[in-house]
Parts: sequence; structure tokens; C-alpha cells
Amino acid sequence: MKNDSRTLLRFTVPERVNHWLVALTFFLLALSGLVYFQPLYFPLSQLFGGGTWARILHPFFGVAMIFLFGGMFFRFRKLSIMTPSDKEWLHHIRDIANGDERNLPEAGKLNGGQKLMFWSLVTCMVLLILSGIVVWRAYFSFLFPVVVVRLAAVVHSVAGVVMIALIMGHIYIGIWTRESIGAMLYGRVRRAWAKQHHPAWYREMTGGDK
Amino acid sequence: MALQSLDITRRSATSTPSPGQRQTQKVAKLIDVSKCIGCKACQVACMEWNDTRDAIGTNHGVYDNPADLTENSWTVMRYSEVETERGLEWLIRKDGCMHCAEPGCLTACPAPGAVVQYSNGIVDFHEENCIGCGYCITGCPFNIPRLSKKDSKVYKCTLCSDRVAVGLEPACAKTCPTGAIVFGTKEDMIRHAEERVVDLKSRGYDRAGIYDPRGVGGTHVIYVLQHADKPEIYSGLPMDPSIGPLVGLWKGAAKPVASLALAAIGVGAFVHYVTKGPNEVSEEIEKEFEDEK
Repeated sequence: MKNDSRTLLRFTVPERVNHWLVALTFFLLALSGLVYFQPLYFPLSQLFGGGTWARILHPFFGVAMIFLFGGMFFRFRKLSIMTPSDKEWLHHIRDIANGDERNLPEAGKLNGGQKLMFWSLVTCMVLLILSGIVVWRAYFSFLFPVVVVRLAAVVHSVAGVVMIALIMGHIYIGIWTRESIGAMLYGRVRRAWAKQHHPAWYREMTGGDK
Repeated sequence: MALQSLDITRRSATSTPSPGQRQTQKVAKLIDVSKCIGCKACQVACMEWNDTRDAIGTNHGVYDNPADLTENSWTVMRYSEVETERGLEWLIRKDGCMHCAEPGCLTACPAPGAVVQYSNGIVDFHEENCIGCGYCITGCPFNIPRLSKKDSKVYKCTLCSDRVAVGLEPACAKTCPTGAIVFGTKEDMIRHAEERVVDLKSRGYDRAGIYDPRGVGGTHVIYVLQHADKPEIYSGLPMDPSIGPLVGLWKGAAKPVASLALAAIGVGAFVHYVTKGPNEVSEEIEKEFEDEK
């Protein structure tokens, strides 16, 4: 994307780098975590050098994720505050999926769906971190009664699966909405794209014309 | 870890049949608590046969030594002094793996073949397949498996599966000087235990009974208890052990539901793309910006 007056800066370099590091860490975590969630996925352990390596590495990927996702949280939390207009936007979710955007309230830099995604990911991440500490057998599990470890194992599995589901949705919406992956890769978007998908942000960036 | 076997009923994290061409009789070890004198010969025999050596510990002022099961001590005597209607009683229970018919460790284990159950009922760990996650510890209703700090594998009583495989009794049963530990087919052991219960009742232990808990499908280590109505007084033997709803959910329904849900999302996304097409900038807006140039 050319850096000219016809494009708008959507994501800064630190935001983009942070996002893709989180994405990479997510894949490492999901692939190594599925190994001991369900035997069907045990062959994935080969990607990490076997079951024992997957077991050793998974929690350390998690520690990296705490810092990387923490960065995303502090970068995007203010942008992700839900407004009444965002809630109204979410009520039209069915129309949006059908490609009908006629009666849609104007989205800002992030739309209601993106904000909902953000807070869902934050919720899952908090649950995963807390339960992950409890089920980290090498260092922490012995500190907790077995019933707490059992509960944490259930929470960790459910939150992990929900997280994978959310990211699958996130990736699909990125593919479905043309040019949005480019926005996260190169940072800039065409004005027409901004006006189409984020009209309120477009007006804010261009000083109210059009 | 035991000998290569042809009589495996179940392997952890495996959905296809296990090598089970040969069927063996169900076995059981009967521990008659009323006959135990707490000599710890069984602990010694266990370490000798399995050639494990625990670190020399410290005296905690009680007879329990070592104080708990470890990766090297697969059985320990637990001593409790209890006030019953008969006065002060010294109850000594040999603790170790119960070899459940429905083992929580095997259910929880994510590593294929790290936990196996033989057709004779013995539940064994095959440590070379163990990944060291400790899920078996989370799944066990009796708090038995211990994770080694040396190699991050779990260890527990094998019921001397290697000895049993060649027709010998477990080392602890072999050595027990009072006959408190006996070994044989489960059927014979139940019959013997019933006789012991009749004897204990005739001696005034009205609540004597067999501990073979149904919640885990019965066990292949069974106790004769003088007070079978209160197993907790035997150093916390659980009244009604079971795999429990949390482990059941975690290693049961959660797995297929999750895989189906994720598959549904993938298929749903594909169908959506094919039917609705991509979400592109509308022609009017494109035109508006074309004109500007």
C-alpha cells in the first residue's frame, strides 16, 4: 500500500508487529495445547519434537503470550470501549453476515464485532492464564488441592477451545472482508475501504468531508 | 513398566482396540488390615524387587516412614490412632495403587499407551510413553501417582505386573509374615475376604466389611476393614471414590463437542464464503473515489 494522501494509516508498526507476534504465539500454543486435549491431535506433538517437548514448551509459550497479549491489551483497550452505537451495530449482525449494510450505524476505527472479539479474547486469556498456572505440573500444581487442579483443567480446556473458535472466526472475517489483512500487514488502507467499513473513523481522519 | 504383553484391555489416549488376543483371569491383592502388624516388610520387598531406593528421610515422630508415597516408594504403611466404640485402636493401612477397574489415571492420560490396563485388571504405567504432564495425578481418586524430579515421569505400584505375568505373586504378598497380604484371582480373594469378615464379626467387629469401591468399578487391590462403614478413619481412605464429574467432563464430553464445534465453524465459514461471497467496497463508494482522481 502506497504511503500517499489517498491512503489512511490504520495500524502503526508497533501495533502490527505486536499483532503478528501474538498470532505466531497463538499458533504455537494452540497446536501444542491440542496435543494433550484430545488424542486425535496427539500427532501434532511431532511439530515440537514429541509429546514430552510439547508438554515442556506449551507453558513457556504461554508465558511469552502473557507479555505479548498484554501489549495488545494496553494498545487496544481504549479503542475497544463499547458505545451504544456499537451495541446497535451488533444487533444487525445477521444483516451484516448477509452482506446487507443499509441500516447500519456508522462504525468507528473498530466496529462492535471487533470490540466484542477483543473483550472475548481478553476474558479467555485471563481464564487461560489463571488455570494454566494451576495445571503447570512442573512448578505449580503441587501448591493446589486436587479438586482445584481438576477444575482448572476443565476451565483451561474450555477456554482454550473457545479461544481457538474465536480466532478461527477472526481469521475468516479477515479473509471475508477484502483488504483487511493488508491493513494489518502494511498498516495503510484505501480511503474507499475506510469509508465503506469504518465511516465514522474515515470522517474523523479526513476532517469531516464526504 | 512390565513385560511386553498380549493381554492389554485398554491403553490411554487410544480409541482402537489394544493387543488383547490372550485373556487372563482377573486378579486381586487382598490386604487384611486386621492382620497387619505394621512391620513394613512389604515396603522393603517392594523396593527390593523393583530396585528403587528412596532418599533417607527424617523422623517425623510417627511410624510412617517415608511420610508419603514417592516415585521410589510405591507403597507405604499409614498408621492412625483412632478412638472407636472399642477404645483406642491402631489402624495400619498399606497404601498404594488400588488398580481400579475404571482408572482415573488412564482416563486422564493424554499420551497414547502411557497407561495400560491388562485383562487381569492390573493398571500399569509404561514410562517410556509418559510425557510428564501429571494428568494422571489429577485424574486419580486415591492420590497415588508421583512425578519423579529426576526424569519427569510418573511412577506407582505395578502390582508386580512383571512377576504376575510369569505366575508369581507380588513381592509384598510374598514377603508378608502374617498373611495380611494375599494374592489370587479376584473371585477367590472376594471369597477369602468374606470369610475374614465373618470371622471379624464373630469377634465383635459388627461393621467389618470389604473395601472394593463400586464408584471406580471395583478395584484389584481390596481391603478387609474392621470398620468398613468409616473408611476415612484409615488415614483418609475415601468413602465413595469415583472419577468424578470434573474429570468426566474434561476427558469425556468436552473432547468430541470441541472437535465438532471447531469443525462446524470451519465448514460454516466456507459455506458462508461460497454463498455470500467476499465483503468488498461497494461500487458507489469506489466510483466516488474514482471521480476524485
